[in-house]
Amino acid sequence: MNALTSGSGRQGGSDTLKITRYQLRDVLRSRWILLYGLFFVLLTDLLFRFGGSGERVILSLLNVVLIGIPLVSIVLGAMYMYASREFTEMLLAHPVRRRSLFLGLFAGLSLPMSTAFVLGTALPYLAHGGGAAGGWGALAFLLGTGVALTLVFLALSFLVAVATEDRIRGLGLCLGAWIAFAVVYDAVILMAIYLLGDFPLERPVIALSMLNPVDLARILLLLEFDISALMGFTGALFRDFFGGTGGRLAAMGALLAWLAVPFALGMRSFGRKNF
Amino acid sequence: MTPSTPPPAPPPGPVPATPIIRPQQPSKRSGRPRGLGDLDLDLETGRTTAILGPNGAGKTTLIKSILGLVIPDGGTITVAGERLDGSPEYRRRIGYMPQIARYPENLTAREILAMVSDLRGNPAGTDESLVDELRLEAELDKPFRTLSGGNRQKVSAVLALRFRPQILFLDEPTAGLDPVSSSVFKDRLLRERAEGRTLVLTSHVMAEVQELADTVVYLLDGRIHFRESVESLMGSTGEASLERAIARRITARVVA
Repeated sequence: MNALTSGSGRQGGSDTLKITRYQLRDVLRSRWILLYGLFFVLLTDLLFRFGGSGERVILSLLNVVLIGIPLVSIVLGAMYMYASREFTEMLLAHPVRRRSLFLGLFAGLSLPMSTAFVLGTALPYLAHGGGAAGGWGALAFLLGTGVALTLVFLALSFLVAVATEDRIRGLGLCLGAWIAFAVVYDAVILMAIYLLGDFPLERPVIALSMLNPVDLARILLLLEFDISALMGFTGALFRDFFGGTGGRLAAMGALLAWLAVPFALGMRSFGRKNF
Repeated sequence: MTPSTPPPAPPPGPVPATPIIRPQQPSKRSGRPRGLGDLDLDLETGRTTAILGPNGAGKTTLIKSILGLVIPDGGTITVAGERLDGSPEYRRRIGYMPQIARYPENLTAREILAMVSDLRGNPAGTDESLVDELRLEAELDKPFRTLSGGNRQKVSAVLALRFRPQILFLDEPTAGLDPVSSSVFKDRLLRERAEGRTLVLTSHVMAEVQELADTVVYLLDGRIHFRESVESLMGSTGEASLERAIARRITARVVA
């Protein structure tokens, strides 16, 4: 979309806020967002009751964050975009920029989903005194990574839903992407190490991990908590290759690119789409 | 087919003096089945144009091109002298009633009206009379997921007319409306036209077109097959109904 009129930028910004406000209201009234938040409340609470200390609870939450958040985000994001298809069309017949609408739709879903996860996890953590033993930093890091994964997979789902007209195919693509990142990827890395163990694999494997946002988040969390046992092959490589801090920065940068690139592509595709 | 009596209405060919909407050759052939071919069309100010044609002829695509929902591969579209360039401002003058109406499930009609009003900068002097005419008041505070298809359609009608647009696009406007609402809405559309608004509609109900439209633009495979005033169509074919007249016109063209 070309910004030809001078006042349009300001106008566009406030349109985004207006759309976000109404989308938020719609999402907050639906039951699934409550269920999503409640799931984290129950899970964190149960982990404290069975497991005990804050550190161990965080480690258990780790896998849920790494596997569960991407799945829920990518599926819900695509369903939300497909459900608002006709409404989007109706709004675009009014004097609204496509860019503002896309931003409003994204904010309207990513805000409540991130909030449900953050509050759902932090509140029971607080209630059980998980922060007592200096566990606050660990919790904040976990929450930050979870929010990043939420945004990355929502951006991916928006891109797929905008570019794929057929809903079933779009949802299939989303699920396929999740399976590739969360399951197939690990198998491929293991296979590569098994078959090509005699070759120097460090650089190719590090390059591969950049291609997987789930692995990047995992590396980030494990480097932060310095758990070598759980680190896996790519994590250990990252630490050796970049060093602790360097590895963290590299992983963060790559994760940020995973948010920025699909989001920009999705917005571009939305701007050119035929409704 | 020989022209028996000269038609009293304006002749079909020449372009009227002040075209308000002017899509010129918006070709849309990027592998889409509902694509538009090259077409050159002026729509007349203050009159009602019905865009007709078989399913898949490009009626909705043509309307969506003018609304900016479909981006043509080439050609230009001019609305009230403003050439479309991606800026959304010209849509202030436009009201649109889509074929299918779906809204956020958990919001109410009143909230949607407020939202669209917000997006249009809360203009003063909106027209709320259609809410009463269609007896929609009682439905305004229910969430959309509980509204029937007909009531959703009525909300779309209200949204299209509410901001007193210069130009109204109506895609199958009475589909899904009960007979009473349908006739109330048609009366309303006739009044809108009498007030000088430009109306563009598609419909599968020819009786409705006969009632509402001044001119028929018949699309076939994304091109204009013919364009003729309703009066001239009826007069030249000698048929009693518009449906028969259009059928006669098309077969005559094919034979010739």
